[in-house]
Amino acid sequence: MINISEAFETQNMIQHENLDVRTVTMGISLLDCSDGNIDRTCEKIHSKITRYAGNLAKTAEEISAEFGIPIVNKRISVTPAALIGASCCKTTEDYLKIAKTLDSTAKELGINFMGGFSALVSKGMTESDRLLIESIPIVLSSTENLCSSINVGTTKSGINMDAVRMMGQVVKDTAEKTKDTGSYGCAKLVTLCNAPDDNPFMAGAFHGVTEPDAVINVGVSGPGVVKAVLEKIHGQSFQVLCDTIKKTAFKITRVGQLVAQETASRLNVPFGIIDLSLAPTPAIGDSVADIIHEMGLEQCGAPGTTAALALLNDQVKKGGVMASSYVGGLSGAFIPVSEDQGMINAVKCGALGIEKLEAMTCVCSVGLDMIAVPGDTPASTISGIIADEAAIGMVNQKTTAVRIIPVIGKKAGEEYEYGGLMGTAHVMKVNPFSCDEFINRTGRIPAPIHSFKN
Amino acid sequence: MNRTIITAVGKDTPGIIACISSFLDTKKINILDISQTIVDGIFNMMMIVDAEGMDGNFDDLISQMKGIADKLGIDIRCQREDIFDMMHRI
Repeated sequence: MINISEAFETQNMIQHENLDVRTVTMGISLLDCSDGNIDRTCEKIHSKITRYAGNLAKTAEEISAEFGIPIVNKRISVTPAALIGASCCKTTEDYLKIAKTLDSTAKELGINFMGGFSALVSKGMTESDRLLIESIPIVLSSTENLCSSINVGTTKSGINMDAVRMMGQVVKDTAEKTKDTGSYGCAKLVTLCNAPDDNPFMAGAFHGVTEPDAVINVGVSGPGVVKAVLEKIHGQSFQVLCDTIKKTAFKITRVGQLVAQETASRLNVPFGIIDLSLAPTPAIGDSVADIIHEMGLEQCGAPGTTAALALLNDQVKKGGVMASSYVGGLSGAFIPVSEDQGMINAVKCGALGIEKLEAMTCVCSVGLDMIAVPGDTPASTISGIIADEAAIGMVNQKTTAVRIIPVIGKKAGEEYEYGGLMGTAHVMKVNPFSCDEFINRTGRIPAPIHSFKN
Repeated sequence: MNRTIITAVGKDTPGIIACISSFLDTKKINILDISQTIVDGIFNMMMIVDAEGMDGNFDDLISQMKGIADKLGIDIRCQREDIFDMMHRI
């Protein structure tokens, strides 16, 4: 039987250490919505999503009240739109129709983000993929709750550099079209390598073709809880440090498992996976950078940061795996710069730059996330940054991603306040040397050899 | 059985448990276990109750308990026991 100290430990985590379930995401297959007529396709999409997810937000709120655990986001991911639109989208305007259908359905259902305006182009691009990618700037500037993701590489097929080149320009165009809101459109756009099929987190969520018709995936959180326990073990050995993180990750993940099971059962949809990611928020103390600080680094970005992050990521997985029946998605520690107050502070004081963040992405999920750069950063430089991240993912057989925001009108050192979970973007300095000639080459970077590991 | 944990925290005053218990009686909720401590004048109480067959739904229980908490000037929370079991038991 639960004792009083255990009851209050749980409550303290929720009330004072920002423990929450970050997202309950329903994945829905739209493969059976494809039709030769664009309007019929849109009708089928609306009808199918409404049928499965009509009660998603309400059910999540009921579970949240009964168990006393905040469920911050209720989201939907759908089959990559480039697959659904292939039979009926002949222009970018057609893709805009699909996008607006997804966006308005999300609003109707009380969903805060819909993911899946996506294309998987790691080896090549169909005409449908190309049209979808070309439509991204207008789509992200004309919709509110829709997220877009493009997978440009995999370990097995290499990196599609034509897609990487296109995405640099798409990011710039999206920034320009949403310049009145700090180029916010780019916060809803991510370029991935080795994208998982079952990711519940935005902006990279989509419902992969290997998934069932509908599924519930849950993303847990809890950097504040990990930070709080580490405050009590300063000066102790790595063994104590690792065991403490593992035990805490176990507790956090069990809550996610409970919420996932309940939601799946009440909506009569199978439970998919728990994503073990530690996802920070701009709230004070709910920060991955603060965890690294508690491990003994003056600032996130100081020498030792990559090692500390590798340790954190691994222990979170080790604790979390035992707590859940199925683990998937991105599963690691997130380092979205603008969404993490500790990261923002580290950038401001000069401890953390893009190059160190890139090194950190080698050992954690997911990649260069919510990085604001000067608005005049060339498209080819953004492509270069995407290519670097994709290469890390491809060679290390892990997911990597780039969600970069060239804030139009802002220079390095300036700030833009997005508010809410998106936080405050501190514009970071970008290496000024050109990669034009490299990016302008056409074709693919071949898949790496998986032997002779060095 | 629908086991629910009720926790109360706040400045110690006479009648907190009486007030909560009599409310549970009106809701037809059975108390299974109760423990409490007072640390530096702060009252901490945990009750395990069976909410199976209670009058009204869980939302009502939470909102009515909030009314009692406001009257007593303390914090009272009702949560299904599963969240504590999942977190603290393998």
